[in-house]
Amino acid sequence: MTTKVLLLLGTKKGAFIFESDRARSDWRLSGPYCAAWPINHVIADPETGVIYAGGGNPWFGPAVWKTTDFGANWTHSSEGLAHEEDETPVSSVWSLANGAGCLYAGVEPAGLFQSKDGGQSWSHVHGLRDHSTRPQWQPGGAGLILHSIVPHPNGKAIWVAMSAVGVFYSADEGKSWEPRNRGTRNDYAPAPDNYPEFGQCVHSLVMASGKPDRLYQQNHCGMYRTDDGGREWRSIESGLPSAFGFPAAAHPRDPDTLYLIPLNGDSIGRYMPDAKAAVWRTRDGGASWQDCRRGLPQSQAFFGVLRQAMSVDRLDPAGVYFGTNTGHLYASADEGDSWTCVIDSLPPVHSVETLVLES
Amino acid sequence: MAHKGKVSEVQVILPRPLLALFPEAQAEVKISANTVAAVIAALDARWPGMKSRLCDETPNIRRHLAIFCNGARVELRSHLEDGDKIYVLTAVSGG
Repeated sequence: MTTKVLLLLGTKKGAFIFESDRARSDWRLSGPYCAAWPINHVIADPETGVIYAGGGNPWFGPAVWKTTDFGANWTHSSEGLAHEEDETPVSSVWSLANGAGCLYAGVEPAGLFQSKDGGQSWSHVHGLRDHSTRPQWQPGGAGLILHSIVPHPNGKAIWVAMSAVGVFYSADEGKSWEPRNRGTRNDYAPAPDNYPEFGQCVHSLVMASGKPDRLYQQNHCGMYRTDDGGREWRSIESGLPSAFGFPAAAHPRDPDTLYLIPLNGDSIGRYMPDAKAAVWRTRDGGASWQDCRRGLPQSQAFFGVLRQAMSVDRLDPAGVYFGTNTGHLYASADEGDSWTCVIDSLPPVHSVETLVLES
Repeated sequence: MAHKGKVSEVQVILPRPLLALFPEAQAEVKISANTVAAVIAALDARWPGMKSRLCDETPNIRRHLAIFCNGARVELRSHLEDGDKIYVLTAVSGG
């Protein structure tokens, strides 16, 4: 059997694809794709190998790009990817996710769209837009963005995360929604108003493998875990160097293994703590943490990692990958134990995802 | 002046970054239209999806684009005359 591993990167100046074999030691770069547009997220349909890239261009607006031949040819569309006429126009696509027989796109200003024809046309998931809290939604530093889309395997339920709004849940394919933020802090609000129903600045949201109701989130104000689909969250930040970071990546098979990249806080540079790079790994669902730093720079690491810029592959042992806002891409083929720098000269990396092909 | 029932013939010049998105499109094209909105509709008919690249959903010409007619900036509802020369321009921006 031949194994091919692709890393799908969205950057400030286009999408890039890296390709390797099962060893994941040598990588071949192709790109930039998507006319070098700012691309926020690139994902693949693991069943078909079709790759989608979501972004937005200041001149030409939002679009989802699509390639069916691993990057050789691309098309783009934003048909239906629009808010109502009296609302602020959609500026860019921030996140993509494969659903049950559909593709989801999250946009800025916050909205959720669905495509049932492979990204050619889109329809608004109105239930979220029409939620009674929407007039009170406030933007985070990157804008009012819907950045995380986590469909339940049952094909009906779905969670989304928006900055700085929080986590919302729908049990009925997006028709109705409820905030699910209980237990997550908003340190910007004074007590006793620092645990609001919504308004938290969630940075990323991921599902534990094989346990759909266990979610992990990296928040502007802490790291959290839920085991009941978000009804109650509890902090898992004890043992980490800070409560602030952006990405989270769940292990492909072990629901207790999670990767985070804490930064040095939200107000003093947002780079690696003590300028020493590390990915932090838990093997016990957040009860304890190990810093994985072998092969990562241990001085002058004045970079950050954005919310969608870390991912894992599904091989055993799992590969772990992250890109930095300074254009570096780091890879680990041993679940984070050791790291190598794949490239140090990309544009700022917005997102990293993987695709494993076996033939 | 366009007469009632007569459709103006205008020349449209498209910017290079837009052409990169529509490989079949031509840099200069003659269009029959009496308004800028009609020009864009005609462009979209020739090259599907081009309207979404030029206009947002409000609907307006996208914020970082400008359309000029004979040297004057125009809007979607602006009327056109026979022989008008229409430039679609991208703003000087980026980083």
